[in-house]
Amino acid sequence: MDLYEHQGKDLFERAGIPLPERAVASTPQEAAEAAERLGGHVAVKVQVQMGGRGKGGGVVLVHSPEEAAREAARMLEQGFGGAPVTRVLVERLVDIAAQFYAAISLDRSEGTYLAMVSNDGGIEIEEVARTKPQAIRRVHVHPVRGLRPYQARRLTGHLPPEAREGAAEILTEASSVLEQTDATLIEINPMVLLTDGTVMALDSKVTVDDNALFRQPDVAALSDSFPIDPIEQRAREAGLQYVKLDGEVGIIGNGAGLVMATLDVVKQAGADAANFLDVGGGASAEVMATSLEVILSDPSVRSVLVNIFGGITRCDLVAKGILEALERVTPRVPIVVRLDGTNAEEGRQILAEANHPKIVPAATMLEAAERAATLALEGAA
Amino acid sequence: MAILVDAGTKVVVAGITGSEGTFHSLRNRAYGTQVVAGVTPGKGGQDVEGIPVFDTVEDAVEATGANTSLIFVPARFAAEAIYEAADAGLHLVVCITEGIPVRDMAQVGAYLRGTDTVLVGPNCPGVISPGSANVGIIPGEICAPGRVGLVSRSGTLTYQIVHELTQRGVGQSTCVGMGGDPVHGLGFIGSLERFEADDGTDLVVMIGEIGGDDEERAAAFIAERMSKPVVSYIAGFTAPPGKRMGHAGAIITGSSGTAVAKAEALEAAGVQVGRTPTEVAELVRFALS
Repeated sequence: MDLYEHQGKDLFERAGIPLPERAVASTPQEAAEAAERLGGHVAVKVQVQMGGRGKGGGVVLVHSPEEAAREAARMLEQGFGGAPVTRVLVERLVDIAAQFYAAISLDRSEGTYLAMVSNDGGIEIEEVARTKPQAIRRVHVHPVRGLRPYQARRLTGHLPPEAREGAAEILTEASSVLEQTDATLIEINPMVLLTDGTVMALDSKVTVDDNALFRQPDVAALSDSFPIDPIEQRAREAGLQYVKLDGEVGIIGNGAGLVMATLDVVKQAGADAANFLDVGGGASAEVMATSLEVILSDPSVRSVLVNIFGGITRCDLVAKGILEALERVTPRVPIVVRLDGTNAEEGRQILAEANHPKIVPAATMLEAAERAATLALEGAA
Repeated sequence: MAILVDAGTKVVVAGITGSEGTFHSLRNRAYGTQVVAGVTPGKGGQDVEGIPVFDTVEDAVEATGANTSLIFVPARFAAEAIYEAADAGLHLVVCITEGIPVRDMAQVGAYLRGTDTVLVGPNCPGVISPGSANVGIIPGEICAPGRVGLVSRSGTLTYQIVHELTQRGVGQSTCVGMGGDPVHGLGFIGSLERFEADDGTDLVVMIGEIGGDDEERAAAFIAERMSKPVVSYIAGFTAPPGKRMGHAGAIITGSSGTAVAKAEALEAAGVQVGRTPTEVAELVRFALS
């Protein structure tokens, strides 16, 4: 789960990390009031769950409450990167002497956390990583011992002398936020040295492990503020992984890898997938019915491809689920069904007996993809 | 021959009295696997269709000589089950459970580095050596004994490719479902190393997917250390790029994590990469003919 900047900063503040004075605003009026209170010279920052704000006009420096209101109005109205915007962060401008980059992140290949500090801050940190790798110090953080003080000293030892102590404290505090919230990423870009000698975090990017939300109720509650597409919401409530795409073949499959492979095979057959939908393990009749409803509610869908390889999932139950769904929803497009694995024979038998006019059985994944692609392109013509 | 599991494997199932635990324990036993014990705290002394249940793994090992743990317990108890299996001296732990917090797995991984225990998973379908032992949830009937090793990050996609191999008369020495979690046990490299050393394996199929850099690292290993041919599949060529938070991931791996990048890395290491599961099966059959 990706947090908004202001939510990450609230976690930072509780851990003792120095931050600029700031306020969250959800209307232009609130933005103006916040700017007034913070002295007029502020940054107005769009709050979204993605990066690239600086380049995309999502962070604007202004010098009056009126300007703050105008920028806030623009951001709230236009959204950012295709996502709706419900709030902005208004933050007092600070006098920056130097900019750095700091992060603690999961290192998948080592199976533990990696802390990194660059003495060359600013936006293009990936460029720094490629062209000036010596600018970035890296230290692996043991998942039980956490970041040790000597490691924080090592990480910050290439910064200007006056920044080292403050930066090391921020790293230590960020490590405790990571531990206490089950975060897999904490990124501070930039971490800055001010002209008065203070080191502070100007930005926050925090990603929390979804698998740990059961023991992080306070963090989990933050998701209430995230905008969600109504169809995705419906899918999520049914325990389905659904992502809307741009094509015309609706896809239902079990297991993320198989669904991704299905997308690839449909593409090879000359069509594009309208979505990614993974029903997970143990697809019941209820789950199949909801999946079909979700897919068919997308007007761009011209055919549906159900690709199930039964392991835990039983194909006879999938077949019953499809038939049950067709009692609830009247399909406007053909549904190609391919069943294999556990109880596949029984499942195919059930569908054959039902002899539904919209169901097109297919023997293999490849054949199913080709049929679905052809039907979708015919339907679109 | 095979890797990881064979006729000598004796399985103790953690969570045997849960519905999935019971179902798959019995299915594995029916396949011919020695499922010698189960563990559910508080249910020691009972049995599941003749499989004795114990309160702890150590009790089970003392009574039955179990050497492999198969874990079905819920996510919040799974790390504990792995520690218990390792401390009971089991050399192989196969963890099917999904949804385990990353932090728990990072701690488990750090602990296991000081032991002889090999972990497969979590969030994986398990390991099968067709004809001799099935430890997990891979449907045995889609496999056939043979000389192709297979290792995969995916579950059902593994079944798809195994099925297509079997349909073409290509049997398998061992199929390893390593699981798709960011922090996991045995990976591509550990599996490839074992297949390279296994007399019963002539060729290895490696099934990856987008994200992380496991495939790129495997490619480097293959180029340096593998004499046996490797055929690969990467799922996700048409998957949309996920929205990305921050830059740390890209700085760590130096890789974009896309299917194209992974396929290129593998092809540069001499691996044939099929673009569909069917093509992979055809490439394998051709390579063996």
